[in-house]
Amino acid sequence: MLSNSIEKAFLSARAEGRAGLAAFVTAGHPRPDLTPGIVKAVAEAGADVIELGVPFSDPLAEGPTIQKSSHDALTAGATPAGCIEAARRVRALGVETPLVLMGYYNPILSMGLGRYCEEAASAGVDGLITPDLPVEECGPLADAAERAGMGLTPLVALTSTDRRIEAACRRASGFVYCVSVLGVTGVRADVSGRVRRLVERVRGYTDLPVAVGFGVSTPEHVREISSYADGAVVGSAIIDAITSGPPDSAAERAGEFVRSLLEGGCR
Amino acid sequence: MTATATTGHALPDQNGRFGPYGGKFVPETLMSALEELEQAYDEVRRDKSFNEELSELLRRYVGRPTPLYFAPNLSREMQGASIYLKREDLAHTGAHKINNALGQALLAQRLGKRRIIAETGAGQHGVATATVCAKLGMECVVYMGEEDIHRQSPNVYRMKLLGAEVRSVTSGSRTLKDAINETIRDWVTNVETTHYIIGSVVGPHPYPKMVRNFQAVIGSEARRQVLEQAGRLPDYAVACVGGGSNAIGLFYAFIPDETVQLIGVEAAGEGVHTHRHAATITRGRPGALHGSMSYLLQDEHGQVQEAHSISAGLDYPGVGPEHSYLKDSGRAEYVAITDSEALDGFDLITRREGIIPALEPAHAIAYLKKMKPSLTSNHVVILLMSGRGDKDLGAVAAARGISI
Repeated sequence: MLSNSIEKAFLSARAEGRAGLAAFVTAGHPRPDLTPGIVKAVAEAGADVIELGVPFSDPLAEGPTIQKSSHDALTAGATPAGCIEAARRVRALGVETPLVLMGYYNPILSMGLGRYCEEAASAGVDGLITPDLPVEECGPLADAAERAGMGLTPLVALTSTDRRIEAACRRASGFVYCVSVLGVTGVRADVSGRVRRLVERVRGYTDLPVAVGFGVSTPEHVREISSYADGAVVGSAIIDAITSGPPDSAAERAGEFVRSLLEGGCR
Repeated sequence: MTATATTGHALPDQNGRFGPYGGKFVPETLMSALEELEQAYDEVRRDKSFNEELSELLRRYVGRPTPLYFAPNLSREMQGASIYLKREDLAHTGAHKINNALGQALLAQRLGKRRIIAETGAGQHGVATATVCAKLGMECVVYMGEEDIHRQSPNVYRMKLLGAEVRSVTSGSRTLKDAINETIRDWVTNVETTHYIIGSVVGPHPYPKMVRNFQAVIGSEARRQVLEQAGRLPDYAVACVGGGSNAIGLFYAFIPDETVQLIGVEAAGEGVHTHRHAATITRGRPGALHGSMSYLLQDEHGQVQEAHSISAGLDYPGVGPEHSYLKDSGRAEYVAITDSEALDGFDLITRREGIIPALEPAHAIAYLKKMKPSLTSNHVVILLMSGRGDKDLGAVAAARGISI
């Protein structure tokens, strides 16, 4: 497997007897110049993997929080090339945490699959997640990512059939992302009990780490997920922490929130 | 009369592709539902009882076949060319949208799904969906952009009278594009109990194919009618294109008839060289939105641009993938008509033929005026009147600074 820095990060968390934490932030939100500092703070707080969201005008899989952060980032001038540049600056700040670019397909198509992957890889990105690209359509991007030395992490859902899970795992790299709910991203009171069974089904088809996301927002959620999965993905709740105060101290709040998730949830 | 198409080309392929266009670009959560839908649709297409039920309802409830009307005054105006109007405006609920809404609602019944969701722009698809849900006793939620709710308030009230819940969409441009986003988000959340009736030939496979086939009744009838009435195939088939369901419905039967020129008329809004238009094929480039690859209005970074048209039904930055294919293959030609030209077209047919059109087909009528210099008395033209204009009286009056 190619993008094994991501895989290794989850495996080393597991070796410590906890689930790895994948922290999502929308690149360019609340302002493009703040993104490297926010990512650095989240990494220093102990996030095992960082997902950098590339904002898109029509984010179909997102709930109101990430819709708004994407919209605000675009209004503030965020572009896909700018997000890749932010990743490069994060690396220049000495951050070694694995970075995954999470972005919808059209901006990638628009830049060109090859160019997007090459530039992302050279900026220090380790993998890609594309929420509107099911396994039937992921071939061209997966190939381009592989040529650039990255991999594509697939999403599997509660509604996925075994045949679909098997196909997704066959092309998977880094980890497999289990969508915990029927629905869009966003803070929820509880993590669906159905996702545990999904994680078990996924393990039947892959040895890669399996992470759970969508609706995961509290230390309790993370602790619960630790009991059956290798990772928890937290997004909207981090965005909420970022937007809960002035932009200039967003990095501190993001770092503090991630620390609280790790202290309360992962250990 | 059969309810499903039997002519046209053998596309899409099994992956839902029309050449490079189409496909399934949606979150994984929806993929199993799309597979289930595809399988169920392929079964009912061949199911005699389904086709008989649909045909019977199209005949007695919708009022099909709709007339192909020879428009004598318009014909005189157009250098003596024979202009025939395919009168979808006379279908129940006043537009072609009912053909698809009815077909999909019957399919949803067979899938055991009692909750229906739909998006609407002009409100015609929302009204058609609310109508069939009232008739079939299904729960109906319609998502509509806040901007469109203001522009098309009579249709909003019609939907409510029919028992539908109309949910206002306040994200993005607050028009059709955002209504589709929100409907897809609802579907992701409620996919196990809900069927999404998409109103145009857009979205992930199998929607572009399925909606086309439910609308292909328009062209099948028109082809038979023009052969009866004019004694020959037309030289031109002209229809407006937003997502493009009425146009594909007309074009599909004529695709193998290579002498028939197919012309799709997009909305140029305030002009295709301004930023305020909805001429997706004329000015866009290929991209992925709402589940399929097709021409798309987008900026240099791949962000989807807001469309603009005086006609809410054409106000969409995407277009059905089959139209993109027909454009690239050269089988159909796509042109664009501005808001003000469309208003002139609206007047022309209203005054000359006593038919008040919706602003969407007013674009097609306006293009007829542009074709005039090249028309002769030897030409036969079919023009698709996709809907009637009652819903647009406020918009037309407002464009002229009149309050009614």
